[in-house]
Amino acid sequence: MDWTTFGVWLAAVFTLGIISFLYRDNIFYKLCEAIFVGISAGYWLITFFWDNLYSKFYSQVTDPVDPQWTPWIGFVLGALMLTRLFEKIGWLSRWPLAFIIGATAGVYMMFYFVSNAMLQVSATILPIYTGSISGAISNLFIIVGTFCGLIYFFFSKEHKGAFGGAAKIGIWFLMATFGASFGYTVMSRMSLMLGRLDFLFGQWLGLIK
Amino acid sequence: MNIKEVIAVILIIAFFLCAYFLFPKPVEFSQTVSIILTILLALTLLVIGVMTFMGRYIERRVVFLFVGIALTLPFFMQFDLPVPISPEVQAAYDELEKLPEGSKVLAAFDYDPPSAPELQPMAVAFMKYAFQRGLKIIIMGLWPQGPQQADQAIQTAFEVIPELEDKIKYGRDYVNLGFQSGNEFVILRMGESFKAMFPTDIYNTPYDSIPILKNVKNYSNIDYCFNFSAGKPGTVEWVQGAVDRFNLKMSAGNTAVQAPMAYPYLQAGQLDGLMGGMAGGAEFEKLTEHYDKATVFIKSQSFAHAVVIVFIIIGNVAFFRGRRRKK
Repeated sequence: MDWTTFGVWLAAVFTLGIISFLYRDNIFYKLCEAIFVGISAGYWLITFFWDNLYSKFYSQVTDPVDPQWTPWIGFVLGALMLTRLFEKIGWLSRWPLAFIIGATAGVYMMFYFVSNAMLQVSATILPIYTGSISGAISNLFIIVGTFCGLIYFFFSKEHKGAFGGAAKIGIWFLMATFGASFGYTVMSRMSLMLGRLDFLFGQWLGLIK
Repeated sequence: MNIKEVIAVILIIAFFLCAYFLFPKPVEFSQTVSIILTILLALTLLVIGVMTFMGRYIERRVVFLFVGIALTLPFFMQFDLPVPISPEVQAAYDELEKLPEGSKVLAAFDYDPPSAPELQPMAVAFMKYAFQRGLKIIIMGLWPQGPQQADQAIQTAFEVIPELEDKIKYGRDYVNLGFQSGNEFVILRMGESFKAMFPTDIYNTPYDSIPILKNVKNYSNIDYCFNFSAGKPGTVEWVQGAVDRFNLKMSAGNTAVQAPMAYPYLQAGQLDGLMGGMAGGAEFEKLTEHYDKATVFIKSQSFAHAVVIVFIIIGNVAFFRGRRRKK
């Protein structure tokens, strides 16, 4: 048995171990899960060491030709995060946190305001008749769905009468959206299972053409 | 563990050992056997439906078993299902078709092995298509294992179309810049300089010495972008950071669970096209005429979806019967 075959067998045993949870929680599943979690944690630790600490800090500050000083700012801020471990100087960790929150909020505000607010709103301002019946129905759905969906989330007025009716239509649109999203999720999970079954019956057992 | 469970475990192990050592390889059912098995499956579901209606409910493990059977059987059956092309996949294909030979395409691989069953078939079909069309591919990833998935897709493309291996040269026709941490900040920084984020490629070759990257400074030198995404960072971040900010033209291939989040961008014209899940992959394979895994998998998925729909109906019957009994 060569190493590739051994690897395939190992992967097959672990796959069966994880799938065995469908029957019920068991020791075989727990063992496979624990090994997987341990390996994942180790993998991510090594990945982040080499991709962040080494390539973004150490290799840049020790560059013999053009050593950089800016990575030291990140290093100091990162080190300050560790002060949380010490009660007396734990307050220092708020500085790097403030930096992260400020920078991320600034970038996200710009991202979401343009892409998810302005452009999305402009995409709902549509002509009702576009030259084709199907296009008109599609646009009407978007306009009514957006309008009624927004009404549903307006809580300063009681949902009664025409206003309540529109809110009800809004919730129907929301339900349809959740349904579509759930359908896609089922499809996605089936695909993951298919990948494993393809491995078991194809690569491992060699039964698939 | 009781005696029944021990017997079940022994039977499962025996099945797999028999399959490994004794079964003929590969297994392929004739059309007649395929039809008989499908009818048997349908009849069993009908029996379960009738039993539920009569008040004898099945346990959840039976549902798992049937879904498993429905997913597995089509691997060995001989039948084809029609794959209608959706407008969003057609749009993605049309945009790629418009690109002249030699166009530079940025391929962002933002997924890892758990999402590979859905996204890898798309990636393989994309690579085969792009190489045959003579497009120049610049690969990168915001997920650590993304660039490795890209390498696997290229290897599969070379195995399926062997003449590509002689025709396509690394550095001239494609390059793999590897992974860069920093999520959306990488996307933003690339708007000014690719080199700042990727000073070398995945093999530590300096950026300036790679022929395909000559004259590639930022997004303005890229003709198109294709993103394979399984989550964050992914299509949403690329639309926000590169499409809307730097006017990059882009289509995306998403896992099915992520596709609903990308549809609003498609409707607003921020994305040119979108392939959602296995269905999107199968449609793209059909359009590019490179029938592969997605075309096979979509049969299993359709079969399993039919079984799930039947179980939803059975579940509703059980629910309403139970409610009436309570009243």
